[in-house]
Amino acid sequence: MTPRRLAALLAIALAALGPAAAWAATPARVGSKSFTESYVVAEIVAQVAEQVGEAPMERKLGLGGTGIAYGALASGEIDIYPEYTGTISHAILKDASVTTVDALRARLRPLGLTISDPLGFANTYALAVARDTAARLGLRTISDLARHPGLSAAFDAGFLERDDGWPGLRRHYGLQLARVIGMEHALTYQAVASGHVDVIDVFSTDGQLARFDLVVLEDDRHFFPDYAAVLLARASLPERLPRTWTALQQRLAGRIDNATMARLNAEVELDHRTFAQAAAAFLGDREAARPTRRRDLIGDVGKLTLEHLALVAVSLVVAVAIGLPLGLLAARHRVVGQVELMGIGVLQTIPALALLAFMIPLFGIGKLPALVALSLYALLPIVRNTYAGVTSLDRQLVDMAAVMRLGRWQRLAWIELPLASVTIMAGVKTAAVLTVGTATLAAFIGGGGYGTLIVSGLALNDVRMILAGAIPAALMALAIHVAFEALDRLVVPRPLHGARGTAR
Amino acid sequence: MLALRDVTKTFGARVAVDHVSLTVERGSTRVLLGSSGSGKSTILRLILGLLRPDGGQISVDGGMGYVVQEGALYPHLTARQNATLPARAEEWTAARMAARLDALAKLVGLEPALLDLYPGELSGGQRQRVGLARALMLDPPVLLLDEPLGALDPISRAELQTHLVGIFRELGKTVLLVTHDVREAFLFGSTITLLNNGRVVQEGTFEDLARRPAEPYVAEFLRAQAPPPNMTAYL
Ligand SMILES: Nc1ncnc2c1ncn2[C@@H]1O[C@H](COP(=O)(O)OP(=O)(O)OP(=O)(O)O)[C@@H](O)[C@H]1O
Ligand SMILES: [Mg+2]
Repeated sequence: MTPRRLAALLAIALAALGPAAAWAATPARVGSKSFTESYVVAEIVAQVAEQVGEAPMERKLGLGGTGIAYGALASGEIDIYPEYTGTISHAILKDASVTTVDALRARLRPLGLTISDPLGFANTYALAVARDTAARLGLRTISDLARHPGLSAAFDAGFLERDDGWPGLRRHYGLQLARVIGMEHALTYQAVASGHVDVIDVFSTDGQLARFDLVVLEDDRHFFPDYAAVLLARASLPERLPRTWTALQQRLAGRIDNATMARLNAEVELDHRTFAQAAAAFLGDREAARPTRRRDLIGDVGKLTLEHLALVAVSLVVAVAIGLPLGLLAARHRVVGQVELMGIGVLQTIPALALLAFMIPLFGIGKLPALVALSLYALLPIVRNTYAGVTSLDRQLVDMAAVMRLGRWQRLAWIELPLASVTIMAGVKTAAVLTVGTATLAAFIGGGGYGTLIVSGLALNDVRMILAGAIPAALMALAIHVAFEALDRLVVPRPLHGARGTAR
Repeated sequence: MLALRDVTKTFGARVAVDHVSLTVERGSTRVLLGSSGSGKSTILRLILGLLRPDGGQISVDGGMGYVVQEGALYPHLTARQNATLPARAEEWTAARMAARLDALAKLVGLEPALLDLYPGELSGGQRQRVGLARALMLDPPVLLLDEPLGALDPISRAELQTHLVGIFRELGKTVLLVTHDVREAFLFGSTITLLNNGRVVQEGTFEDLARRPAEPYVAEFLRAQAPPPNMTAYL
């Protein structure tokens, strides 16, 4: 066979096999939000799909709240994740009148999305109080709260803001509480159990309700809509993987009731099983469900350290590469400088989590958007210190450079940067230490790092796991501080050590 | 030659330099005398092109060397690196720079061992000598000195004064030297220009100023720095 004919044959074979092979090999990506129930259901979805074996499964779990998880789905970063009908109509479609499954499907179709039939459980919002508070004040329904305006409440940020949460509830029942604070959901249980607050928002399938001995107040005037659990998926998924989709519908739709879900939640949160074990137990896989010590995440501290370090190092290098020239530009042109410093200042006021969420439509989920967000966040101290360092140089020293007719670059490299190096390095150091902390949020968009432990720990209310992420992060911040003291010795000219830039 | 014709500079409402005309002949030394705030430094900065005049013309033929009060040496560079910086900007070879610095160090009276120290490790007088060597590095025809000895103790000051007078004469530089010290003006200047509030009050030799003051201010200025008569008796 001539080489030419061989090539032609190969081309034909590839043309025939290529698309099919690529099609089959494209993994299905399942996502979840960062709370127990979402993790468990996503794990169930993944295991069912793996049993069908139509395509490899990729898990992208713990993607923060609705904004991030839905963002990931909309931008095609994931194919499917567990969601609630109420959330779809209120937070995604922003139309409370759409409630039935058929109506939701019709409205989701133009967006290239679809939903499964309801899984069976409904995770509605509810208000809960400690059992002794309920007994003492005779609280049974939400209406009863109106008689006790002196009570205080801690609500999850989502519940606090959403119109189908506290603002609407308050209007509906005409409630007045003495103090309402926002708090990460997983922490509200401790707050109510320790008596710091009286009322918290919970979910009807909460595994923690029994553990903290809480009483759910009856929604006697029917404010909370039904948050029936469904699987929200890209419309391409049923087309691409029809057998998988059918299996999910048959084995999950209508098969997980409130009690079952609460039990699965409790298995994870109270009995310290992994999400995968709880999911396997539900699917009747005895072998995989056998409890083991929960080592899977904490055992990963070494790997997470590398991930975290990489997040910090890469974003810092990028921030310096961009921030240094921006700072110099600001110092050269006063007007540009003011606009620029203001812009970067505004960037800094965006909450880190929101900034991460903004990255999803642009960069998807995972390391890239995390790196972009972290780099932007690290920019301010670097730009500001570069600007301050270069503009506050001794006037005579600057004049002298002009008199000597140094070129623009000579002036920069020989005079301005060395003299400003103390100040610039202080900015870089600040940025580095800040980034170690901020990088823990990367886990919310699948960026990895120590945040993975913190996010899961918060979801599981597992203090040990939270600390397993938080303590190494604090240690890393310390280590980076020390490392930078050493780097200072290298970067800052010797006579300027311990000086402030312009000493003569 | 160095010439200013009718030069004016204002900062907001403040007139720092008020219609000043001034000519320094090639190879001569001119002293700009005046009290604080009279506009001396501003005139040098205008000549150097660091400031733009509001009106009038300035002409200088040839490059300029600039020396200021505390030397304005770069703290992160050694004495050697500071002094050779203008040559480095001109991309001189290392050998040429070293040879030039050797000659200049001798001229300004700097021990070679001092050249590898940082400014923070030098005395005020030594720093001034480094600053002077830097100003002379490219051998500019014009030297502008802004109170170059202002920060020195009386002994090193007197010593450097005589030293400088010799150097200027030997090198044939066109020199404009700023001071508010009458003794220094007497030593350096064949011609003295006395400034007040940005205006030239009188121009002439020391004798002219002392014997024929153009305004009462001239006599007042000179008298203010004269040693008390009963003190001279002891010297
Ligand atoms: N960059 C500037 N901005 C505003 N005002 C200035 C500036 N530079 C100088 N001035 C003002 O101009 C006037 C002359 O200042 P200049 O520095 O020339 O005085 P000088 O004669 O050198 O005084 P000194 O003996 O104290 O050095 C002063 O009133 C000063 O406040
Ligand atoms: Mg001055």
